[in-house]
Amino acid sequence: MATSTMQGGDAAARVGGQVGRSPPRLEARAKVTGQAEYTHTMRLPGMLHGKIFRSTVAHGRIKSIDTSAAKEVPGVYRVVTSEDVRKVIPEPYYGPAFHDQPILAIDKVHYVGEPVAVVLAADPHVAEEAAQLIVAEYEELPAIFDEVEAAENKILVHQELKPAGTFADLKHLKGRKGTNIALDFKLRRGDVDKAFAEAAQVFEHTFRTQKVLHLALEPFASIGDWKETGLTIYSASQGPSFVRTEIARLLGWPENRVRIKVPYLGGGFGGKLYIKLEALVTALSMIVRRPVKVALTMEEQFYTITKHPSTFRIKTGVDKNGRITARKCEVYWNGGAYADIGPRVTQKSGFTASGPYDIDNVWIDSYALYTNVPPAGALRGFGIPQLVWAYESHTDMIARALKVDPLEFRRKNILREGRPHATGQILENAKHERALERVAERLNWTKPFDRGTGTLRRGRGVAVAIKAVISPTTSVANVIIAGDGSTTLYCGTVDMGQGSDTSMAQMVGEVLNIPAESVRVVQRDTDVTPYDMGTLGSRSLFHMGHAVRLAAEEARDKIKALARDVGEPEGSNIPLAELFKKKYGMQAGNIVGTGIYKPDYVPPDPATGLTPNATPFWMCAAAGAEVEVDTETGQVKIARLINVVDCGRPVNPRIVETQISGASLMQLGFTLFEKMHLDAGQVTNASLADYKIPGMLDLPTVMENEAVDAHQSNGPFGAKGVGETATFCVSPAIANAIADACGVRLTELPLNAEAVFRALRANADKPLDEE
Amino acid sequence: MTRTISFTLNGEPVAAEIKPHHNLVELLQREFNLLGARESCGQGMCGCCTVLVNGTAVSGCLYLAAFVDGAEVTTVESLANGDTLSPVQEAFIEAGAFQCGYCTPGFLLMTTQLLDAHPDPDDDQIRHYLSGNLCRCAAYPEIINAAKLAARKRRAAAPG
Repeated sequence: MATSTMQGGDAAARVGGQVGRSPPRLEARAKVTGQAEYTHTMRLPGMLHGKIFRSTVAHGRIKSIDTSAAKEVPGVYRVVTSEDVRKVIPEPYYGPAFHDQPILAIDKVHYVGEPVAVVLAADPHVAEEAAQLIVAEYEELPAIFDEVEAAENKILVHQELKPAGTFADLKHLKGRKGTNIALDFKLRRGDVDKAFAEAAQVFEHTFRTQKVLHLALEPFASIGDWKETGLTIYSASQGPSFVRTEIARLLGWPENRVRIKVPYLGGGFGGKLYIKLEALVTALSMIVRRPVKVALTMEEQFYTITKHPSTFRIKTGVDKNGRITARKCEVYWNGGAYADIGPRVTQKSGFTASGPYDIDNVWIDSYALYTNVPPAGALRGFGIPQLVWAYESHTDMIARALKVDPLEFRRKNILREGRPHATGQILENAKHERALERVAERLNWTKPFDRGTGTLRRGRGVAVAIKAVISPTTSVANVIIAGDGSTTLYCGTVDMGQGSDTSMAQMVGEVLNIPAESVRVVQRDTDVTPYDMGTLGSRSLFHMGHAVRLAAEEARDKIKALARDVGEPEGSNIPLAELFKKKYGMQAGNIVGTGIYKPDYVPPDPATGLTPNATPFWMCAAAGAEVEVDTETGQVKIARLINVVDCGRPVNPRIVETQISGASLMQLGFTLFEKMHLDAGQVTNASLADYKIPGMLDLPTVMENEAVDAHQSNGPFGAKGVGETATFCVSPAIANAIADACGVRLTELPLNAEAVFRALRANADKPLDEE
Repeated sequence: MTRTISFTLNGEPVAAEIKPHHNLVELLQREFNLLGARESCGQGMCGCCTVLVNGTAVSGCLYLAAFVDGAEVTTVESLANGDTLSPVQEAFIEAGAFQCGYCTPGFLLMTTQLLDAHPDPDDDQIRHYLSGNLCRCAAYPEIINAAKLAARKRRAAAPG
């Protein structure tokens, strides 16, 4: 059913030419034999299990917590509340952007599901039973759930903003009171008011996205093992270096006493970033001086971290020739009760809210909002899918209103290489237009299209987008060659399924002229793997890729020096082990190559948001969809889904294709049916029985994936990241296809049968009653 | 509260002490250090905990350990014969049919059972047979390819 133009790789390992091959994943055998290790199934001797007692109100003052019945349960070792936590960590607040999140709730709770107490027992069943016997009393406070209402500041989630100080552009928020706005980013280019006044036509629409979650099949899990001499945390984390830094800060320890070990991850998708359970297991282990594991259930994932719901008001002025002259974007990000990385999403994605279009006058306001719902963070696209959903639906609506072909309208306005993006950065290495053209070719856009008959109406739609990578960030890698000539790579990029171990090994192999399969990639362990900012935002292949390349090049240079040292010619076919033996008299010694990479960056001007260098590379995507709408039921069938990306040169074409396909299918779930339902802040469908994710039967009838021929001029071996790219355009391409099929325009996700049917009935002047 | 059960685990006779509320995944992980069957949704919706009991796939997170008393239990760990992978395991590697790998043991067992029942399945049979297993990385197209590749490998290896 799936077709592809991407080339698979050769089967046999060969020397040299490692980049561009498709060897199977290095860990493939471990994964098919059940041997691959995940934190959720790890155990340590003497370990206790922690089960969390959670808040049942969305906003309230804690009047009392009665743990007496829980303590009476045979087998309970200890019941812990924030009072106990503060005895070992006096200031137990953490977060990457704001130090706003307590390890366990202190004085107040801010959302339903917030951790309030923990029961510890050797038997997890005992801990679970006892946790249900805890009783908390709250003085309920008014709560705020909607992001636009939150911006009015009538109900406050927090009394005062507490920026972490990590990010320079958040420092000005320190001590700010009376607001739910955790960050207000703005971009000002040209004069939008004047341009709107002079425009031939002005279009204004509002789009919304729903609350969804990562739902990794390995739920969150961490184990803390505290000793006076040092702390070891085993965690399903996408960012071991961040965890180390943040836990060290909480303990007032140097980083070298904190060790974070990360095995393979059973999915991450942006959820397993920053601090999730790591601070909790640290505190628990300090309190009881034993290893403590907290492994969440699927239900608890719904109370931990989600994607940002959003409201996007977008207004566009068009001249008489169909050229976009002005665009104003107001984006409200529903960040939930704790900021997590929301303020970064607000800025780092917010500045691309005007889309991949060449517009002289741009006004962007992007707001991170606190609300009383479970926190929101990064989820595969870092805000971009929410933005593209809005601006690419809007683009189609304008084209239709102007009676212009939607593809032609995009061609007329698209931002081309050599032209300034809204930030002022001159666009380079961005093949989004090429991607769009490939989608159009695959759709046979100019040919007649079967529009269906009777109650089955067919339609098609396209979308195009770009994303900047989060910047500036740093990666470090070491390549160490042993006395027998075997090579090991130490890098902090976490392989959570994206295949980074394999791609990184291919880059080492490319430089050292050895098969990727012979390179060992060490499991993440901050005692041995050097600093990396985090496995997020499709940054690793570019940033860590450069660090790995530099480390391997240094090792290669040292091999040459070793050869010279022992009187052999450089690059001869003498085995490396022989060179070591000649130098050290036996199988001994090491060659150590180190690489550090941090791209250039110019921070945006605080007043205008403008910068000549916002990002070292652009991720570029286009998508096309053909749908069939049953106008009797509102059911939408995806007949064809086309994903085309620019990821530079694919390092491992087969893994790239699975990334394109997987990203697109994940976004298909967010587009068609996934939605967290909340009632007064309480999630009412927190289980896989009630929250559906895509399965085998949800696949499009035909799916096509393609990476356009491209070479990222500043990328390692011409490559750049791809993990998120195919998510960007799926939602608007499908909404545009639905509009094309049956004339209804949906402005809120998900595009489920009920939404389509309601819109069809409203269009026919026979609206259904609201629930 | 505890009782002793005896059963056959991947071909070997074994015994274990269990409590009435223990499920099969816990039994395999705690008593036998078999970590391939994993709990995820805890409701039998995702298939990550798939185990074969008397040749039939069950959700190990719901299936009480007590019920395997006297039964034959087969886990993903038994698919390979020493260092030799099964055709289904080989096909999953060659087709790139997984990303994070957390759901993979369940898919391998279900695909093995699929091919036992339907040696030459078409796309529709594969989709429906595997529709009870979820993969959040959404390697579904590759899994379908792997099932077809495994079918070819098994037919090629079959005697006669």
